[in-house]
Amino acid sequence: MTLADWIAEPVNWAFLAMAFPMVLAALRVVTSRNVVHAALFLVLALAASAGLFLLLSAEFVAWVLVLVYIGAVVVLFLFGIMITRAPIGKETNLSHKKIWPAAVASLAVFGVTFWLIYELGEQVGGFSDTLPAVGQATPTEILGEGFINIYLIPFEAVGFLLLAALIGGITLARKDLSPAEEREGAGL
Amino acid sequence: MVLTQFLVLGALMFSIGVFGLLSRRNAVTILLSVELMLAAVNINLVAFEAFWNTAAAHGQIFAIFVITIAAAEVGIGLAIILLVFRNRASGNIDELDLMRW
Repeated sequence: MTLADWIAEPVNWAFLAMAFPMVLAALRVVTSRNVVHAALFLVLALAASAGLFLLLSAEFVAWVLVLVYIGAVVVLFLFGIMITRAPIGKETNLSHKKIWPAAVASLAVFGVTFWLIYELGEQVGGFSDTLPAVGQATPTEILGEGFINIYLIPFEAVGFLLLAALIGGITLARKDLSPAEEREGAGL
Repeated sequence: MVLTQFLVLGALMFSIGVFGLLSRRNAVTILLSVELMLAAVNINLVAFEAFWNTAAAHGQIFAIFVITIAAAEVGIGLAIILLVFRNRASGNIDELDLMRW
C-alpha cells in the first residue's frame, strides 16, 4: 500500500485527527510546568486513544478506558496533586535540570522499537495489509465469555490484586492515631 | 488502516513516556508518564487484536487487564507519594536518598 492509497482512505483521516492531538498531548504531559495541566493533558491523550479503540472496533475496551481512566484514575491523580502539592500552579523544578540523557534514552527506545516493527513486518508479513476486523464492533459477549472461560483464573487474580492494592493504599495513606484518639474514634 | 501505523504510534507514545519517566523529578508526574507508557501498550494490544482477529478477542481482554493493573498501580503509588510527602514535605524523587550509599 502506497502513501497515496493510504491518504485516500477516509478512515485514515480519522486516525490522523486522533493521533496528532494524542502525541501533542502526550508531549505536554511530560513537559508541562504545571502538574494540574499535565494531568489534564493526560485526559486528552487517553480520550484520543479511546477514539482509536473505537476505530479498531474495540468498543468495550474504549468505554472501559473512558470510565476507568478518565472517570477514576485522573480524578485520583488530581486528588493526589491537591493533597501533596502546596504550590499548585507554575513550577520550574518539576523536571531535572539536565534532560538530554532522558531525550537520548527515549530516542534510542523509539529507534529500536521502530527497527523491530520494520523487521517483524518483513518476517511476519501483512503488516501493511488492510486490517481485517475493522468495521464491525467486537461483541461484548465474546469478551465476557473470554473472561469466564479462558481467563477465569487471571480474572480472579486481578480482582484480588485490585482489592489488595486498594486496601494497601488505604492502610498506607491513613493517619496513624495515638491510643487516645483511637478510643475517641477520631479516625472514623 | 494498516497495522504499522498503530505500532509506530504506540512506539512514539511509549518513548514519550520513557522521556517523562527519566526527565521528571516530581513523583506525581513520573506516575503520569507511566500511565502514558501503559496507554501505548494498550494501543499495541488492541491493534494486534484487530490484525490477527482471534475468535476470543484475546488482545482486548489483555488490554482490560492492563487497565485494571494500571488502576491498582495508581492507587498504591499515590498512597506512597502521600506518605512520603507527609514525612518529608516534598514530592521530589531525588530528595529520597535514604537508601542510597
